[in-house]
Amino acid sequence: MSINLALETASAKPAGKRPYFLDREVERVLAITMATVQELAVARQRVDTLERLLEAKGVLTRDEIDAFRPDADQAAERGLWMQEYLARVLRIVQQEGEAIAADARGDVRSEDVAVEITAGA
Amino acid sequence: MTASANLKNAGPAQAYDGPPDYQAVGRHAVFPQTDHDEIARLNFLAHMNRHLSTRVMPFVKTAWENRAEPELVKTSGQPPRTRHDVRKALVNDPMFATWSALRRMTMEQRQQAGRWTAVRQAETLAAHTRALTDGDPRLQLDPSLPIPRYVAAVDHHCMPFPGDVSGAVSYDHGIFATTGGMLGRYSDGGGQAVAAWVKKTHPDFKPRRILEIGATLGHNLVPIAQAFPDAEVVAVDVGAPMLRYGLARAKSMGVNNITFVQADGSDLSRYADASFDWIQTTMFLHELSYASMKAIFAETHRLLKPDGFVLHVEQPQYTPEMPLFEQAMRDWDSFYNNEPFWSTLHEIDIDGWLVEAGFERSKLMHVGVTAVVDRDLFPDAADDDSEDYGRKAAWHILGARK
Repeated sequence: MSINLALETASAKPAGKRPYFLDREVERVLAITMATVQELAVARQRVDTLERLLEAKGVLTRDEIDAFRPDADQAAERGLWMQEYLARVLRIVQQEGEAIAADARGDVRSEDVAVEITAGA
Repeated sequence: MTASANLKNAGPAQAYDGPPDYQAVGRHAVFPQTDHDEIARLNFLAHMNRHLSTRVMPFVKTAWENRAEPELVKTSGQPPRTRHDVRKALVNDPMFATWSALRRMTMEQRQQAGRWTAVRQAETLAAHTRALTDGDPRLQLDPSLPIPRYVAAVDHHCMPFPGDVSGAVSYDHGIFATTGGMLGRYSDGGGQAVAAWVKKTHPDFKPRRILEIGATLGHNLVPIAQAFPDAEVVAVDVGAPMLRYGLARAKSMGVNNITFVQADGSDLSRYADASFDWIQTTMFLHELSYASMKAIFAETHRLLKPDGFVLHVEQPQYTPEMPLFEQAMRDWDSFYNNEPFWSTLHEIDIDGWLVEAGFERSKLMHVGVTAVVDRDLFPDAADDDSEDYGRKAAWHILGARK
């Protein structure tokens, strides 16, 4: 089945060692970021296509999109979505912040707990 | 700019000089289907390439002139003597590293995008290709042909099942994004340029038999075959899937005078001496090795008829006049893009090699050409003053008349 073949091979490494120009960790994150940047462009283009097709069919005009003003309830829903979104994306920053106090209280590592609860077994 | 009475000329398209939308690409019967998001991905990559060459690469030159070169001079006590000195200094510069990392990633993303599109429909495309080529005498495959080391060592297109042509499909539909449309609708601007040059400068030359060595999928040979419809044209390559796909592609474009032959250009003993009026290679020499190139040059001399042309289309050679920085930048693909012969090829004395192969020095030629494209839709490399070392659709023809 071609889709499975594509899933397996489309991202495959080519022959020959890959050159790295930055620290490996940095280059890895940059590569993931650039793929994400690409997919954001793809999503943006898709929205643009939708808008133009809807406009061509007379469903809306793109001026209406620019002029759109949410009413109070809509604005609240959208604001909440934005808050949820940022909390999800920046999860690790929150967790690292919480870790400062947790460490001060004496936070434990799972592997230490494992040793502790199996002591004397 | 003066105001135009023609309202069609009043929109953003008038001032736009970026890559054409991928929808302008030329499609043929074995071209893959591309959905909305696949096209958007290729458009993104065309723009990334343009951004890197026009907005990031200039900073690499600034970094070289303002810090990397002064630092090299300070530590070594002398200016760089070779392009290798320049490259070794550049690899420690953060701007070169950032540009290189982004360039490499963009190429990897292009490979990923192209392979996804090609492989997800691999079985269908293989079936279409088979239907167009099975039993056709213009496809002459030789399964016993050993694949040369210079092909096998660095990369090979994965062939997950017999008859698979997804490597050729990925190459064919991705070049448009890699080059930002500079090679035109069918990525044939190089072949068109050579055909136009031959017709213009040698109007009486009427080749009866034309050979291209290392023709891959024949995208540069198709415009030559179209320009000389009465000629018998032969495309030679070592890769069977490329040749099979190439024949299907050419036929579906209405081009019926090309035979696709699986053979190694360094041994074309299947053809008698003086078999061809014109022998061509297009961006092929840099894929070779010393030994194979020597053998191929000897074969071209043997196979050419008297008064015949051999024309090698390549990126320009490194000459003493070319700044070392430019040479080092042009070497990038050799070190970071699986082109191991690129660096060596561009420094050797190709004229000397042609003479050694038997051509007369007085009959050698060097010509500069740029891609010939449909200028309503595509940017013209002749008007483009940006530089994308080694990528620009502007080449040298190195050749000889026998």
